[in-house]
This record gives sequence, structure tokens and C-alpha cells, in this order.
Amino acid sequence: MATVAVFSPRNVDRVLDFYDDTGYEFMVLGSENATLPDQVAGVIVDATTDFEQAVTLCRDIRRHRESDVVLLLLIERHQVKELALREGVIDDFAVSPFDRTELSVRLQHLLVRHGQPDEHSKIAIGPLILDTDTYQATLAGAPMDLTYMEYELLKFLASHPGKVFSRETLLSRVWGYEYYGGARTVDVHIRRLRAKLGEAYEALIQTVRSVGYKFGIPTELSSDDSP
Amino acid sequence: MREDKRRFVLHVVEERRIKFIQLWFTDVLGIPKSFQITPAELANALDEGMIFDGSAIDGFSRIQESDVIARPDPDSFTILPNQPHVARMFCDIINLDGTPFEGCPRNVLKRTLDRTHALGLTFFVSPEIEYFYLDPTTTKPLDEGSYFDLSLSDTGSEIRKETVFALEETGIAVKYSHHEDGPSQHEIDLRATDALAMADNVITARLIISRIAANAGALATFMPKPLAGVQGSGMHLHMALFDATDNIFADPGTPDGLSAQAHYFIAGLLAHAAEITAVTNQWVNSYKRLVPGYEAPADIAWAHHNRSALVRVPVAPSTREENYQVEYRAPDPACNPYLAFAVILAAGLDGLTNKLELPRETTENLFTLPDTKRDALDIIPLPSSLEEALLRMEESTLVRETLGDHVTEWFIRNKHSEWDRYNTRISQYELARYLRVL
Repeated sequence: MATVAVFSPRNVDRVLDFYDDTGYEFMVLGSENATLPDQVAGVIVDATTDFEQAVTLCRDIRRHRESDVVLLLLIERHQVKELALREGVIDDFAVSPFDRTELSVRLQHLLVRHGQPDEHSKIAIGPLILDTDTYQATLAGAPMDLTYMEYELLKFLASHPGKVFSRETLLSRVWGYEYYGGARTVDVHIRRLRAKLGEAYEALIQTVRSVGYKFGIPTELSSDDSP
Repeated sequence: MREDKRRFVLHVVEERRIKFIQLWFTDVLGIPKSFQITPAELANALDEGMIFDGSAIDGFSRIQESDVIARPDPDSFTILPNQPHVARMFCDIINLDGTPFEGCPRNVLKRTLDRTHALGLTFFVSPEIEYFYLDPTTTKPLDEGSYFDLSLSDTGSEIRKETVFALEETGIAVKYSHHEDGPSQHEIDLRATDALAMADNVITARLIISRIAANAGALATFMPKPLAGVQGSGMHLHMALFDATDNIFADPGTPDGLSAQAHYFIAGLLAHAAEITAVTNQWVNSYKRLVPGYEAPADIAWAHHNRSALVRVPVAPSTREENYQVEYRAPDPACNPYLAFAVILAAGLDGLTNKLELPRETTENLFTLPDTKRDALDIIPLPSSLEEALLRMEESTLVRETLGDHVTEWFIRNKHSEWDRYNTRISQYELARYLRVL
């Protein structure tokens, strides 16, 4: 379970109380304490008493720990406008009066997203959106039911639009291990993927004769469906 | 890789609000078995599998060593059609110490596929599944249609159409489907995949075909010969072997387009046909289909165009290499596809590795060939009963090596006792024929 550091010059007990039942480990941070222990994955900074001091602390923390820690700032309503141009310093903020559930959900979201190595977790290309965090594929807004290998194959092709891959390359890059199917399995999966894309979108995966396959957005699809 | 697949399954279950996950496997006879678990149990099932009492499953453990583990294969995770909150995964059965369980049919096929893989080859199968739709109360056919018939008020064809949609939705690609020769007899041909995926597909397809029929108030049966005097239901298998890139059965340079390897493979099928028949045709009733005159093979022979032959090399509609396939016509849809694919592949591979010589093509119509001619041509019949097939299987090293001791011994014991049970029954036919005249 992740450790979360809390900085609050006046109300540290109140902040800790908000997070009473979240299950995270908490530690209290002083204002000079910008060097965080390694296990700290998130920091909650209470800016309601001294906004500038809080932001300075955030900057100091960022200087030591570039992007591998999440920062949640607690502010008053009138301080919202102060956040302009400081978006690189914090990851999220919450406005007083604080809601217990909102605070823990925000923290949880930050930590979950932070746990994923890839920050750009969505591949959006034409009508197709692949969420690489949740393995969801949506086509023109409707969810697609894919098997794991179908998903991985689609993701691989869609991540390299326009590039042609041979069956052997796809097999080694997508399957990447001993598989009973051999290179012909690629054809089987491509056929199935096209069937799932349906008539309207099957042209997203194109056969390049005697070479292999590529992902491409045909002109008739790109005009009205591009994001 | 396993970790990625685990996360994939967990995420899809979460995002698509799956409420139940069915864990499927089959017993040695190919009868599907299933656990149902909730998403809360899923992570644990993926990590550790589910322990169950194997002695409750036909052909699995003996009482004293009964616990085995069903470990789901995340590759097979699929949301089931028409039941949006239910997904399924196929399981491999493993022992408590993590080794593959020798009674698991899926493991048997995997072993043979591993051997094929070691030769640098992949085995692709495309089955033609035939079955009847019957009225569940009278067990009479729903219609009197025939081969390729197109009629507007055909209940069976309506049910079949719905079935094809459901199969496609499950990721089982259908090549084509049509009304078969018999009344209410239908055929669904699946597009080729690798043999393990296809064995899973056959199990799934049988369930989907039956379920959709039941929803429509009909009974779908894969019984090999449900109606006397009408052709039975087979499951012809079209097969090809691929090396890294090509179908090794194709050789455009030869007169028939077939390579030497294809000839060896066919020779292997013919050499072992009698031994493997108990597995490809495992029921007493299977042998009522394998009789002359009903489009089913009764003799061990091969030909290009001859539909009475056991092994047929269909005419390739174009020169695309995937069309060069060898068709094995004995199996019926009530076989255990894992075991059937394993023994058929083993027979073909034996021909391939030992370069067995291909006998002469049989161009004669075997159904009408007189016995004297048959003897002159040296044509041997397939086993004509389950008992005969079992005797041939018992002599076979190939079958024992392929299925392993555990499955072989259980299978032979189980099938002998089935034959004995059948043999001690007095049939309606006997009563009608003999009671009054003898």
C-alpha cells in the first residue's frame, strides 16, 4: 500500500481524519521537508492557510521528485484563480469545503493513474479508441468485445498507422512466444478483427498483397470520424 | 505475458460488468463441464486455479488421488453471445504439484501440438459440423428439406441463421452453412484455425447450436446416425500443415498440386485409420453411420473427387495455397475434438516422418464395388463396430503414445463396458423381426 505525505501547517489532524478509512499509510511533512522518503507516492498539500508557502513546497518537491510522485493541493474557493500557470506544479486540487469521499476518490485516482507507466494511455485513431490502461476498445463510441490477442494485435497495428507488417513480424511482436498457431494465426485473428470492426470499418486493417497487413484510415472514414 | 493477460481479463470483467465467469473443460469423452465463479473469485482462479474433485469426472482421477486443479487459459476468455454478463474461459487441468494432468484431453492435444511445433509445423483444422434439428417431444425432424434447399418457411434454417450470428459474435468464424441432405439436417462449416483453438471452438459451437435450438423449442442432436435410412451426421475435417510461411501440402509444380509431404501425410492417415477410429467415432451409434451408401466412408481409401473415400483431396477452387487441404471424412460431431485431432495429427505425422508410401488412388465408387473387386484392389474396410474399433485401438502403439497410458486405458475400459451394455439389450428391431417368426 502506498505511503502518502501530508503537509498542513494548522490542520494536519483534520486532513488525516478525512483519509481515515482509505487504507493508505500516512506521514506528516514539515514545510522544510521537501526531500521525500522513497516510498512516498503521493503528497497532500494544504494551501488554505498559506498559499505561497504551499506552492513553494510543491515546487521543491518537484525539484527532487520530477514526476514519480503525485501532488494534491487543498485550496479555498478564492485561490482557484491562483492556480493559473501552475498546472505543472500540482496534479490535482480540491476546493474547501472539503468532502471526505471526494478527497479520497481524487487521491485514489491520482495514485492509480500514477501507477501506470504510460501517461498517454489512450490510442485514438479515426473512429477507434483503445484505452491501454483498461484494455477497452471502442469503435465509433460502441464497445468492442475482443479477446486478449485480438486486442493486442489491434493495439499494435493502430500504434503504427500506415506501417506494413509481415505475418512473421506481427507474430513475434504481438504474440512474442511459442504459440501453436504459427504465422497463419495472424490471418485468423485479422479476419476475426475485421469481422468485429464490421463492414463499415473493416477497411481500417488493410491487406498488403504478399507482404502483410497495415492499419490505415481510408479517406472515406477520415473525413467525418477523425477526433 | 501471463500477467498482461491476467490484467486484461480482470479489466474486461470490470468494464463490461461481467457477473459470472464460466470455467470450461471437458471429460475424456468430450462432454463439457463447467464451474461458474463471480468476479470476486476471478483473480484467485487466474493465479491459482480452482481445486476440484477429479474423481467426479469421467476418465479423470481415481478416488485415492482425486484432487486436481482447473487453471483457466486467459487466451480463451470470451463474452458469451446473448448473455452479455457471462464470459467463459477454457481450463487446463493440472495436478496439485503443477504438472499437466494426464487425464485432461486438452493436455493430450497440446502434447501432440508441441511435437508438431518441434518439427517447425503448425496444424490447421476446419471442421464441417453436421447435426439434426428434431422436435423435442416426438424426436421427429422439423422438416422434409434437403441439400442446399432454400425455402422461406423453414424453422430449422431460421434457427441455423441465428446460430451462425451467435458463433460469429463469439469469435468463431463460419465459412458457410446450409441445409444438409437429410430432413432437418444442417451443416455449419467453420473457418480454419490452429487445432487447439479449433477444438475449443467445436466444444463452444456444439453448446451454442444446442442452446439456440432449445431457445427456439427444438432439439439439436449430434448423434451420428439418429434416423435409419437417412444419411448420418459427420464432422469432416479439412486439414493443412504450415511451416513458417507456407502450406506444405501445396506444390503447384505437381499434376495434382499436392506435395510429397501431403502424400506422406495421407499415407499416414490410411495406415493408422483403423486404430484411431475408436477415438474419432467413439459411440456404438457412430458405426451405424459408417456404412456404404450414405456419403460416409466405410473403407480405407483415398481419392481426389470420390466422396465415398475416407481421405479426400477436394478440388481447389483457386490456386490459393490454403485451398490445398486434406479432408478426413470419418469423424462424427459427437467425438471428443481434442482427442480426435490429436490421433489424426499423430497418424499423419507418422506418415510424414517415416515417409510412408501412398497407396493407389481409388477412383471406383466404393459404395457399389463388388467384394471380389474390392479384394483385388486390396481395399480394407474401416472397423464396422465399436468393439472392432476398440480391438484395433488396443493394438496401437501410436494411439497409446498420443493419448498417454491414463487416457488410453480409461477409454478402452469405458468403451468396452459401453459395448457390453449395448450388446445385452434387445432392440425393437429384433423383437419385430424375430418374436413371432422364431
